[in-house]
Amino acid sequence: MATIVQAVRLALHYGEEHLGVTDVFGEDVGPPLGGVFTATQGLKTAWNSPLDERGIIGTAMGIAYAGGRPVCEIQFCDYGFNTVDLLKVAGNQRWAGAGEFAMPLVMMTPSGSGIRGSLYHSHSFESLASRLAGWKIVMPSNPLDAYGLMLSAIADPNPVMVLLPKALLRQKGDLLLPGEPKDQDELKDRIDAPVGDRIAWKPRWPEMQAHFVPIGKASIVREGEVATVVSYGRTLPLCVQAADQLAEEHGWSFDVIDLRSIFPYDWKAISASIEKTGRVLFVNEDTEVTNFGEHLFRRTIDEHFYDLTVRPRILMGKHLPGIGLNQVYEQNSVPQLGNIKDAMRALVEDPA
Amino acid sequence: MDDQNASSVKRPRNAPRGLASADQFLSTDRCLELHRIMVRARKMEERMIKMSKSGEGIFWIGGPGEEAINACLGLQAKRGEGPAFDYFHLHYRCSAVMVALGMEPLDSIRQMANVVTDPFSRGRNFPSHFSRRAWNVLPVSSVIGIQWIKAPGTALVQKRHGGDGVSIVVGGDAGTAEGDFQSCLIWSTRPQNELPVLMVVLNNGGGISTTHCSQHSCNNIVDRAKPFGIEGEIVDGNDPVASWHAVERGMKVCRTERRPYMIEANTSRLYGHSSSSGAPRTNDPDCIELFERRLIAAGLIDESTIQTIHDQTRDEIEAAVAQAVREAKPVPGDEHLFAYAPNPDDPTYPDDYTGLP
Repeated sequence: MATIVQAVRLALHYGEEHLGVTDVFGEDVGPPLGGVFTATQGLKTAWNSPLDERGIIGTAMGIAYAGGRPVCEIQFCDYGFNTVDLLKVAGNQRWAGAGEFAMPLVMMTPSGSGIRGSLYHSHSFESLASRLAGWKIVMPSNPLDAYGLMLSAIADPNPVMVLLPKALLRQKGDLLLPGEPKDQDELKDRIDAPVGDRIAWKPRWPEMQAHFVPIGKASIVREGEVATVVSYGRTLPLCVQAADQLAEEHGWSFDVIDLRSIFPYDWKAISASIEKTGRVLFVNEDTEVTNFGEHLFRRTIDEHFYDLTVRPRILMGKHLPGIGLNQVYEQNSVPQLGNIKDAMRALVEDPA
Repeated sequence: MDDQNASSVKRPRNAPRGLASADQFLSTDRCLELHRIMVRARKMEERMIKMSKSGEGIFWIGGPGEEAINACLGLQAKRGEGPAFDYFHLHYRCSAVMVALGMEPLDSIRQMANVVTDPFSRGRNFPSHFSRRAWNVLPVSSVIGIQWIKAPGTALVQKRHGGDGVSIVVGGDAGTAEGDFQSCLIWSTRPQNELPVLMVVLNNGGGISTTHCSQHSCNNIVDRAKPFGIEGEIVDGNDPVASWHAVERGMKVCRTERRPYMIEANTSRLYGHSSSSGAPRTNDPDCIELFERRLIAAGLIDESTIQTIHDQTRDEIEAAVAQAVREAKPVPGDEHLFAYAPNPDDPTYPDDYTGLP
């Protein structure tokens, strides 16, 4: 089974062959490295840019204006904060220009903690991104969704930000991508560049097939009756793990919703689940003040106050300037499995 | 600046009539065409300033005093849609570019009046924030300097496309302090990837209320392009003849050699930064007054004809204002329009945006 990073690479290749991708670019995106996480190895339109994040976003906008179909990468979302006004402009071009200009670009960037990344390789970006009206924001938590969301992002006429959970990039999925060889070693042999001298290396792409995950559609990863858990990205598999453990330990069944899209988010799925269970927990690792989950929390209060049997809960990263290098800092700054399991247990045990 | 009769430049006796600046010459027809554009842009902007004070508009920002170089840019551009034509990455002092391209002043006045018929932004954006897909005029933003870093992207596509399309980027002197200015220099000169970007700095000596020389070393801005190997020149942006030829040289380099060129045009800012400073008239040199004196001295036009042009233009602008202020305003619900491009495969917003999911 492919990893998320391989799935992204295969999706970009499919995009080049079938969806008109003209440029895959950013810092270290082209050869020889092919991306700091190797997500762009072997792609025919990949090229290296100056170390200039504003230049990357601005140039992507220019390419899109002129009819190109760019996918640009900010190497870590932590380095995208100096592009925020450009991101805002990319999101408002159609609106500001009376509908005359679309902005079909994709920005992909690794987001979140989990790789011992210290202050500047651990940030989350989705709360800030959710404030960029005009953008669509997605965040897959498994390779098949990464593949399908990337294809939808490329095909969309709007700017789409693909946030990739750093901690999960090298995790394999449990479902084959359409067209992916069944043998993992074969896939690796065909599309992973060799370590060391790779000047003569060329990928032998498998014949990938279309698989579009609609932007704005959540995935119900576990179905249950007792409570609802809404998450995405790094914390999603932890929520699933906690749900499975609590099911085994207590017989509790949860709806675990992988939101997949930050905007537009799948309110129908959240709403239907809350109506069913009456108990809801939102989990993400972005910092807790004006967190995107707080918006969902507010909407839950506004629209489902009388459907709730207990108070809704939200588990987020702490309001801190960064995540420290020592593991103690990371474990105590952003939700871990134990925190999530405790929050889910408390949600269920809260007397109605 | 020398007019034809006083010029030291030697030309045949039967040379076409026109104006000369140093060894550069511009025909009568071209001079009068430029003059007409400059006057239309000026009258339009001066009336827009009044609108900002009369309640017919809210806020004014624009480019009175910078018409000469802007008109030359607009007239020499390849107007059209797509990479075969020139792209415009303008800032908010480029009305004369738009008039030269063929914009009716009524459209700019509609934006000033923030009516829904404003073709650039449906009454959403400040004046002089143009946008026109059919002419490759990309939406002007209030954010200082960001146009510099969008230009290499369009130029990249133009170079790949073939042909001679150029990406024209225009900014002020103060805006060159932004890192995006240097980004433009870097991205336009990557080895084996030089790009046809015509960079035009309109140096009016001021950034909002602060003088250029109080914040920058007073070295020439164009010198900052030299380490990147970018050819360039300084021109008197108040002189349409010199400006015409500077633009012509710059465009020739970009069109034929597919590499960047920089023009630093010294201009005037005749009404300050914007209506926020009251937009009082300054005593800076006025490119139109200077031009008209030369045209008269050279016998290319007389005062009476100039007055007629001014009167006719004033009447045109007054009629445009009278029309624009009567036109429809946005209505509740319009705020959603065009927030997202429709996508039939998007289950939430297959058509236009309708608010939260």
